[in-house]
Amino acid sequence: MDELTADNLQLWRGEQHVLRGICLAVAGGQCLQVTGANGAGKTTLLRALCGLVPLEHGRDIVDDPATFHGELNYLGHDNGLKADLTAAENLRYAAALRRRVQARDIAAALARTGVAEAAGQLLRRLSAGQRRRVALARLALTGGALWVLDEPGSNLDERGQALLVELIDGHLRSGGAAVVATHRTLDLPAAQLQSLTLQ
Amino acid sequence: MSGQRVRFAGAAGALIARDLRLALRRSGDTLQPLGFFVVVTALFPLALDPQLSLLRDIAPAALWVGALLSSLLALDLLFREDAQDGALEQLALCGLPFQGLLLAKTAVHWLLTGLPLVLIAPLAATALGAPYEAIPGILAALLLGTIALSLIGAVGAGLTMSLKRNGSLLALLVLPLAVPVLIFGARATALAIAGEPLAAPLYLLAAITVLSATLAPWALAAAVRIGLE
Repeated sequence: MDELTADNLQLWRGEQHVLRGICLAVAGGQCLQVTGANGAGKTTLLRALCGLVPLEHGRDIVDDPATFHGELNYLGHDNGLKADLTAAENLRYAAALRRRVQARDIAAALARTGVAEAAGQLLRRLSAGQRRRVALARLALTGGALWVLDEPGSNLDERGQALLVELIDGHLRSGGAAVVATHRTLDLPAAQLQSLTLQ
Repeated sequence: MSGQRVRFAGAAGALIARDLRLALRRSGDTLQPLGFFVVVTALFPLALDPQLSLLRDIAPAALWVGALLSSLLALDLLFREDAQDGALEQLALCGLPFQGLLLAKTAVHWLLTGLPLVLIAPLAATALGAPYEAIPGILAALLLGTIALSLIGAVGAGLTMSLKRNGSLLALLVLPLAVPVLIFGARATALAIAGEPLAAPLYLLAAITVLSATLAPWALAAAVRIGLE
């Protein structure tokens, strides 16, 4: 994929100046780690990069949804999974939005994130951490060149955190890019990692 | 280009199948609008003098007010849950035309409220004293009218989905916009019951339906995007 760039990004929320002149450039194989205190605007920045929040000033390549959005995979605070569907049904639906997958791909994705036994269970019966793992399985299954992840490690245990880093690492190795808002430093090779701290 | 179209058809189909499956798992909620329509139309004959002529006079109003209100019942939930659990964001960012996907969701609303209502309408109309010859006309009017009601209602549901309590606001937004549907639908029904030609109001109803199908997807996408911010 091309580079994701943003130059002098500005965003106001009413009287509040949320994003002040953010510049960033993330190429394939690189991960941008966005840190900052609570309320610093990490989520807003990520949503702005996805095009969910309109920007008043600043240039980025996100303004071409036709070419870009198909390659974008967003995981926000909410998992975007339905509580009354099973994990496998959720993944089958998510995959149908993007590309054709086989039933065994779904099972493999769930096994990879350690929730294979949840495949036939309704999401509402799973714990918050398990649901996060199902969302990570969706990420692994549906792919896309650019991953935008908002606190992807929330509710995950230590092994889950390691799994998350492993997923991101594999994604970067295959030439993808990632923007990750996080409070924990990602355990990735320094060559792949950039950092942006919001004030 | 055609690859993109195939992908969209697959995605819209999966979305409709998902929503129908969810509706099936909550059949209690799903059946409410239909139950409401049946009860409302059944109450009129009980509350009025049992005179056939009187019943026939109020039948169009009873059928259409019932249809309008029952369509409103399920509207509140159309986008609300998807907005809360993040499913709508996933839909907005999957790279497919958002208008089309929201139209698919609106189609589900019609399949779950409009279509059952059309199917039960012969019974309700008969209970209100409509002659058998009037049934095809009434069905045609309800078929067109409920599609328009779902489309108009979806825009209102999109606008109010991010508000905490929107029940009465949604009704205030949608009901005035639905007035033309009510007028021509009830007129077509009255003419059908009287055994007179009903082409004129039916054509106007069809025009309203086509117009809302043309404009609603864009208004809907804009409304939902504002709600997602």
